[in-house]
Amino acid sequence: MKILRYFNVALESIFSHKMRAILTMLGIIIGVTAVLVTMGIGRGAAASITGEIASQGTTQLTVMPGALNTGGVRQASGSSSTLTMGDAEAISDRILHPNVVLVAPAYTGSSQLVVGDTNNQNQVVGVTMDMFIVRNWEMEYGRFFTQEEIEDQAHLLVLGATAAKDLFVNVNPIGQTVRVKNEPFTVIGVLSEEGGFGGADDQAIVPLGVAQGRLFNAARYRGDYTVTSIYANASSEELVPMAKAEIERTLRMRHQLDVDDSNDFSIIDQASLLDIIGSITGTLTIFLGSIGAISLLVGGIGIMNIMLVSVTERTKEIGLRKALGAYDSDILLQFLVEALVLTVLGGLIGVGLSFGIGWLVGQIPGFDFEVLIGIDIIILAVAVCAASGFIFGLYPAMRATRLDPIEALRYE
Amino acid sequence: MAQSTTNPLIEIVDLTKVYKMGEMEVHALRGVSLSIQPGEYVAIVGTSGSGKSTLMNMIGLLDQPTGGIYRVRGTESQKLGKKALADLRNREIGFVFQRFNLLARATAMRQVELPLFYAGVSNRKSRQMATDALTRVGLGERTHHRPEELSGGQQQRVAIARAIVNQPSLLLADEPTGALDTHTGEEILTLFEELHSQGLTLIVVTHDPDVAARAHRVVTMRDGLIVEDRVQVPSKAAPAPAFPAPAVPAPQPEADSVTQPSAQPATQPRVILETLDGAAA
Ligand SMILES: Nc1ncnc2c1ncn2[C@@H]1O[C@H](COP(=O)(O)OP(=O)(O)OP(=O)(O)O)[C@@H](O)[C@H]1O
Ligand SMILES: [Mg+2]
Repeated sequence: MKILRYFNVALESIFSHKMRAILTMLGIIIGVTAVLVTMGIGRGAAASITGEIASQGTTQLTVMPGALNTGGVRQASGSSSTLTMGDAEAISDRILHPNVVLVAPAYTGSSQLVVGDTNNQNQVVGVTMDMFIVRNWEMEYGRFFTQEEIEDQAHLLVLGATAAKDLFVNVNPIGQTVRVKNEPFTVIGVLSEEGGFGGADDQAIVPLGVAQGRLFNAARYRGDYTVTSIYANASSEELVPMAKAEIERTLRMRHQLDVDDSNDFSIIDQASLLDIIGSITGTLTIFLGSIGAISLLVGGIGIMNIMLVSVTERTKEIGLRKALGAYDSDILLQFLVEALVLTVLGGLIGVGLSFGIGWLVGQIPGFDFEVLIGIDIIILAVAVCAASGFIFGLYPAMRATRLDPIEALRYE
Repeated sequence: MAQSTTNPLIEIVDLTKVYKMGEMEVHALRGVSLSIQPGEYVAIVGTSGSGKSTLMNMIGLLDQPTGGIYRVRGTESQKLGKKALADLRNREIGFVFQRFNLLARATAMRQVELPLFYAGVSNRKSRQMATDALTRVGLGERTHHRPEELSGGQQQRVAIARAIVNQPSLLLADEPTGALDTHTGEEILTLFEELHSQGLTLIVVTHDPDVAARAHRVVTMRDGLIVEDRVQVPSKAAPAPAFPAPAVPAPQPEADSVTQPSAQPATQPRVILETLDGAAA
């Protein structure tokens, strides 16, 4: 086969210019790896979040202060929360809200948790008894609060799984004291690990009144303590829209909104949550994708530079080969095969490297999702790098073959 | 004489070459006519810029003339396609450059095999032919050396082996000793004499009178024209029987083809039969 002969020439040329070959391949490897890893992380994160939400109860509703737009939840501009304890109580009325079964207000703040020398910044969430059921929590160790403890605003603490691990190494957390804003709290329980994002794993749970009062001194609205969210369950999946409508009617009335005022709160069900997450992960993927595209561009420019730097040398070589009797097609085939070998090799190494990095990233603690490297991205990345290799490798060669041999030999 | 009726290997008629550099035009060749028989050993001399290399590149089919006719073995070069030209460069002509023009990182073997690759010679045969060529130039022991592992003279021998490996009928050398010291240059000249005695037609461009003295015919150029064309007895005569018959006879019968058609009468080529040794001394 004639093409095999060019293979030999191309391989010889690659091996006799190892540095040039390595630098060219490096451009391809960097470009391909960067795109595959960034896109893989984006997609993996999206898939993980979406799966997490789908696995949670489909009847769960979350009321948050502020209006919802397509970009996600946005705090009502300038003003503080208008969502209050009174709102939560009103929604709890089973007669006005026949399709809402459980209502659990929450107040979330952030504070240092201190145990001896250990010191962690965590979310601290004030909750009521119902939250345990609404959020499907399970105890790993110890117990949850009692109704009395919540009413008495006892200084007791239930830790999320990760928060407990971070604070207590080789020590049973139950019965230990944790200082939050200089107040001592006794740990009475640890929640089972939930996994995923936005769960209770990283949180410390306290009675609602404690969070609103001593810890975070929550704002009041019309005399009532505000809350940062109200969790509720619809009585069944089909009745989610009914439950949302009932809650919306009550809150609009309580917030004295006119007919043409828009809501100053948002009710998020799993479906709309998925939408929001979808738009967030979409943005994330686009963001990571642009980083990847930039890396690809950088890789491509790298390839271009190597190719252009060696144009003089190669043009002379082409002149010599023509002087010795090479056809133009001989030269182009040699360069084509050479570019092919370099891009295929570089592309393969890049793909292999991406899977390696993907696996490594998966080993990072807390990074509990897979890096998803799709065949479509592989094809795209390799194609772009190959294109730059071919364009910048072949174009100068094509120009050189058009010269008379002596012009090519004289090229500076 | 007998060979005046034989077909010339090379026939050049009123060849011109104009280089355009922006607005400026450089007339490198102003109408050169020259005819060379198979087996001749010709030196082209002349001042710097007189057009020697330009003429050589035309003869080697490395460049295109602006006007005039160039025939190789009776075939007009301007009428040939790119592939036919490549084939001629590959099979009929060996070119030796002043700066060797070797591939920087290839072994002597590979360098010499290049023309064979483009000739489509099989790997085994090509290796054999390359070894033979390297042996002919006295480098049979150095087939796997790279240029940086060879002396200048050895590199030029590799280049010569590459030029002769495909058994061309014409060997062209533009200042082949220009980058070498006298002693190494002498080795190359001796090699040329051997090749010539084996039947190769040789054209050598040179500044050096000592190099020109080794040829059987000296063509002198000035300002893009041939101003003198003479046959001489080479200074360091190789064994007389080794000369191929066509080289020695004076080209008087060909004077027409050598004469510049519309040139000044003053530059009519003179034909002088004498040794350059005497002239140069
Ligand atoms: N590529 C080129 N572009 C423009 N002008 C050129 C080019 N090559 C040669 N020339 C000009 O053509 C003329 C003849 O050049 P050429 O190289 O043939 O001279 P030469 O006799 O070989 O000189 P030297 O002995 O210095 O090698 C010179 O005036 C030179 O400047
Ligand atoms: Mg010259």
